[in-house]
Amino acid sequence: MFMTNGQVAARPMTPVVGRIRRRRRETQDTFTLEIELEKKRRFSFAPGQFNMLYVFGVGEVPISISGDPAESDVVRHTTREVGVVTGAMRGLKEGDYLGIRGPFGSAWPVEEAEGRDVVVIAGGIGLAPLRPVLYHLMDHRERYNRVTILYGARTPEDILYKQELGRWSARLDVEVFATVDRATRTWHGNVGVITTLIPRAPFDPKNALAMVCGPEIMMHFCVRELHRRGVTSDRIFVSMERNMQCAIGLCGHCQYGPHFVCKDGPVFRFDQIEEFFSVREF
Amino acid sequence: MTVQSITQSLAELRFFKDMPREHLEMLAGCASPVAFKKGEFLLLVGHEATHFVAIREGMVALEMEAANKITTLQTIGEGSIVGWSWLVPPYTWHYDARAATPVSAIQFDARCVRDLCESNPAFGYDVLKHFSHVIVERLMNTRIQLADMYH
Ligand SMILES: Cc1cc2nc3c(=O)[nH]c(=O)nc-3n(C[C@H](O)[C@H](O)[C@H](O)COP(=O)(O)OP(=O)(O)OC[C@H]3O[C@@H](n4cnc5c(N)ncnc54)[C@H](O)[C@@H]3O)c2cc1C
Ligand code: FES
Repeated sequence: MFMTNGQVAARPMTPVVGRIRRRRRETQDTFTLEIELEKKRRFSFAPGQFNMLYVFGVGEVPISISGDPAESDVVRHTTREVGVVTGAMRGLKEGDYLGIRGPFGSAWPVEEAEGRDVVVIAGGIGLAPLRPVLYHLMDHRERYNRVTILYGARTPEDILYKQELGRWSARLDVEVFATVDRATRTWHGNVGVITTLIPRAPFDPKNALAMVCGPEIMMHFCVRELHRRGVTSDRIFVSMERNMQCAIGLCGHCQYGPHFVCKDGPVFRFDQIEEFFSVREF
Repeated sequence: MTVQSITQSLAELRFFKDMPREHLEMLAGCASPVAFKKGEFLLLVGHEATHFVAIREGMVALEMEAANKITTLQTIGEGSIVGWSWLVPPYTWHYDARAATPVSAIQFDARCVRDLCESNPAFGYDVLKHFSHVIVERLMNTRIQLADMYH
């Protein structure tokens, strides 16, 4: 099933067994699993794609791939515990097994972004599906114009991938701005909602391409700010979440207007979904 | 700094972009450059709002004390304004503003600006329009914050 170029293979409903090689606590409710596949299978994916992770005897959930697209011996997923399956997943230890199907779905437009200013906007756990893009941008930095990362979290303790953000912000060719919704005086960075970073961020709205991932309400406000700065909907990409079951466009669980999020998404160009976005029934 | 050089400094700040030169000159007549050391307070809750500040460089933290804990509500950076309570009675600050880094700014005498607003309605309306943005933005930000969107 695991193929190169992020293609879904012949038996997409049958999970492959993966073994947890390493488990890392990211924040108080978020953890990253580093998984190796049975029979040392290689794995490749495109940034933005997701896998269905099956916690045996509990259930299956879609989780984005958060690792480096350049590495193929390991699959990384960063998960936030919110309910039954993610809670059980959090209880898994190094050496435990889980089922994996994938990779599924559409990808972030890393090629379309070449030659442009790239603005990566992530909120909370939304940094996980965007981390593969950031690895790609750093590895091929010369292909892009200005690269700006805007990241918002609830509190300083909720900031994901602190070390990597620190490393990227130390680079002279990348600008990283982080903000938190609330903090005490021990935090010396920005405080304020993520939208406050957008008017000040160093990019040219006429040529920039933005990739936005986070809770829907956060993406809604960020898109509004991007529009205000002059970034048009055809240069804004968002990653959508809906409940999923088959992940291959058969069951209809993830329907979103005329789209299936598992197959046509999760990454959408904003003008493709603009009319449904923020409409309650959708 | 002369009125001319303050006018020029104001013209370079994001907040004042779109304001006619003539109005910037009027504001500059009520303004003077200031610097705050890290940790110094620009405004104190409950005190009379006698002035407001435009940040040229540095970061200011708006803070509130509740349940014996000081919480930072928002940080404000370059090109932005600290303080709008000088515009509406009873002209008292609603929060503390502390320099989170060394801050270089332009400080305005609130009474001087209010008097100009009263005597020149076109200027007054322009100032009000610019400050409405700050007020609406802070209100929107507070609403987004209350939505606790990452929870
Ligand atoms: C394409 C795609 C990619 C995803 N990538 C990631 C990822 O990289 N990391 C990650 O942690 N999650 C990711 N998710 C979300 C993840 O799939 C859900 O959090 C998971 O399915 C919840 O399952 P559960 O059994 O633990 O929760 P449930 O028991 O089904 O739900 C328990 C409670 O949590 C709430 N809940 C469910 N989903 C969410 C959610 N997404 N956010 C907040 N509350 C929720 C429910 O409303 C319910 O109240 C992704 C989802 C999609 C569709
Ligand atoms: S999950 Fe079945 S159609 Fe998308």
